[in-house]
Amino acid sequence: MSAATTERTPAVALNPLQRLGLWWDGVVDRYNALPKLSRLLLVILFVLFCYALPLLRPPIITTNAIDFGGVMFSVAAFALVALGLNIVIGYAGLLDLGYVGFYAVGAYTTGVLTTYHWHWPFFLALPLAIAVTMVTGVILGAPTLRVRGDYLAIVTLGFGEIIRICVNNVQWLGASAGIKDIPHPNTIGKKPVPPFDPGGMFAIPHLKWNGWVPSLDKVHETHFLVFGAVDAIPYYWLLLTAMILVLLGDRLVKASRVGRAWEATREDEDAAELMGVPTFKYKLMAFALGAAIGGLSGSFYASSQGGYISPDSFPLLLSMLFVAAVIVGGSGNRWGAMAGGTLVAYLPERFRAFADYRLLVFGLALTVLAVWRPEGLLPPRRTRRAKLVEAQIDELEGEGVVDE
Amino acid sequence: MDLGALFGNLNNFLDFTVGGLVFGAIYALIALGYTMVYGVLQLINFAHSEVFMYGTFAVAWTFILLHGTGDASWSLGRALPILLVALVAAMLMSAAIALLLERVAYRPLINKNAPKLIALISAIGASFALAEAMGLRDRFASWVHLDHKLANYVAPDKARDVYSNPVSIQPHGLFHLGGYEVTDVDVVVIVAALAMMFALDMFVRRTRFGRGIRAVAQDPESAALMGVNSTRVVQVTFLVGGLMAGAAATLYMMKIGSTRQNAGFILGVKAFTAAVMGGIGNLRGALLGGLLLGVMENWGSAVFGSEWKDVVAFVLLVLILLVRPSGLLGEALGKARA
Repeated sequence: MSAATTERTPAVALNPLQRLGLWWDGVVDRYNALPKLSRLLLVILFVLFCYALPLLRPPIITTNAIDFGGVMFSVAAFALVALGLNIVIGYAGLLDLGYVGFYAVGAYTTGVLTTYHWHWPFFLALPLAIAVTMVTGVILGAPTLRVRGDYLAIVTLGFGEIIRICVNNVQWLGASAGIKDIPHPNTIGKKPVPPFDPGGMFAIPHLKWNGWVPSLDKVHETHFLVFGAVDAIPYYWLLLTAMILVLLGDRLVKASRVGRAWEATREDEDAAELMGVPTFKYKLMAFALGAAIGGLSGSFYASSQGGYISPDSFPLLLSMLFVAAVIVGGSGNRWGAMAGGTLVAYLPERFRAFADYRLLVFGLALTVLAVWRPEGLLPPRRTRRAKLVEAQIDELEGEGVVDE
Repeated sequence: MDLGALFGNLNNFLDFTVGGLVFGAIYALIALGYTMVYGVLQLINFAHSEVFMYGTFAVAWTFILLHGTGDASWSLGRALPILLVALVAAMLMSAAIALLLERVAYRPLINKNAPKLIALISAIGASFALAEAMGLRDRFASWVHLDHKLANYVAPDKARDVYSNPVSIQPHGLFHLGGYEVTDVDVVVIVAALAMMFALDMFVRRTRFGRGIRAVAQDPESAALMGVNSTRVVQVTFLVGGLMAGAAATLYMMKIGSTRQNAGFILGVKAFTAAVMGGIGNLRGALLGGLLLGVMENWGSAVFGSEWKDVVAFVLLVLILLVRPSGLLGEALGKARA
């Protein structure tokens, strides 16, 4: 039962998910073979597409039952959380089942700072929320990171629950009623004056689709850049911008000495310690960084459209969903984690037509995903390389060799 | 904080302690399922809470089947015959769910030798699906047009609400402990849990299958080389965990009397906490952890107020793990002596 043994792929009987994975591997290879300039261009195009997605409202993926902008916002929030949790689980190999606790700390710090207690503006509260969450991560991590493996899972799970119970019982934090009327981020441009002046600098029309034929929708417009209660798209843009910044940071850290130390710690903690890697320090760092990103996401959540948080917004189940997002997507690969976050947030919304059945379908989908593609949808390049090498060795040893 | 509420009065103290022991016994029985699977596979069987939840429904259904829907309040003696049938039903139901779980969510991954974390996700998915399936049982019944015939069982349109056992069991005082009256229900829960625990301990230590379980827990590869059928051992492990969860479900319904499709979740988390506290993979540890958790939680709610009960449980867990990083009795399913 040693961990991290890669599976041997049989030559026959690929299930659809494995075929999808192979196709995606091909896409990645082709992308990597492109010249640097084209790669940059492709990335810019992709980013622009992401920004424009809620305006384009492409058929099939648009959720017509509920506000698509709102769905995109929660998808982006999930992807951001997955990105943070990927540092903890994917890079450092620490199973954190209480990540929702950090999300809640970020949200509540923002909530408390911007409402009746202090009335700070959002962009002042945001950095403080991130700092507070990071400190929480260190406070939790310092005693518990000495505990290994699955014990850490249950301790973090307990932490998530403790946070929820605390906010539920402390009057100063709004108790079970939660905090409402959390101010939105400041509008850029003219302030909206309801009901006639929507404000903002200019209006961007949406697309509307008649079958496959697009046309401009002048009725529904997004006003740049109004953070109000009506339109969720500006919040989505804000979150996407934050995500891109985090992604860039994540790249730098992963490629640095710290990233390599995480990898060594994850693969074999004792060996890493013997080679002079202060594993505890790096584990704590992963925990704190992951927490900070969770806090960032929570902070955006608190000040979003609804401007309302309560203990019920942070159930323990949410933690499970976060972990599921990272692992289903491909733990250790930032794109995989984000893809997983997107899936986990998007699927239940898309299948609202199934109404009551959507959680059932979602649960089954999780199990099927896990069983059909155990390495995750987009596993890290290292895993793919290891598999490739293994396949080559098998080939050298002759086709007829039976597994085990 | 009100220490007086707990220690000021001996009667109160005994009251909270016995109440805690009763719940602790139920935690311990559920914890066995976690601890057995962890000992053999080093996996957190996240869906075990659902195995328990299905057991609680089996108990309520048995009572409806044999007694009807009329609300009644019976003494333990009067309910005993049905209760025994319900025990068997719950054990069968839970064991069936556990085996299904093993077949669908675990075996394909074990065969592929997949990373441990992915098995956790597969189990989380299965747990969602099982809980939702129970909450949607009225819809499934209506697909085959049985929702009216089975109305009492599937509770049309109310499948997600609290589902109560029609017969509530009225506890009777047996003897006094200080000022606290110990009831027959309390005694039965604790004694039954201890007996099940003892039987399981014997099973693992003395029988052929038990030896197989210990062998696989110690070293799956060597066990396979020695001719142990590890798939069968894993199945037996799930089966036994399911049987214990079924027993726990019966005791739970005896004490509480109602359930719902998400009743398993928090109990499962507590039971897993208990298993970790005692040393996961260690059967006696599960008992100790369960009882300790139940008692401390009750004491905690007396001192800090009942809303802080769960916080006390988790803080206690963290403290214990800091002092003894592998639980009170250490992790040792494989090391249990024959």
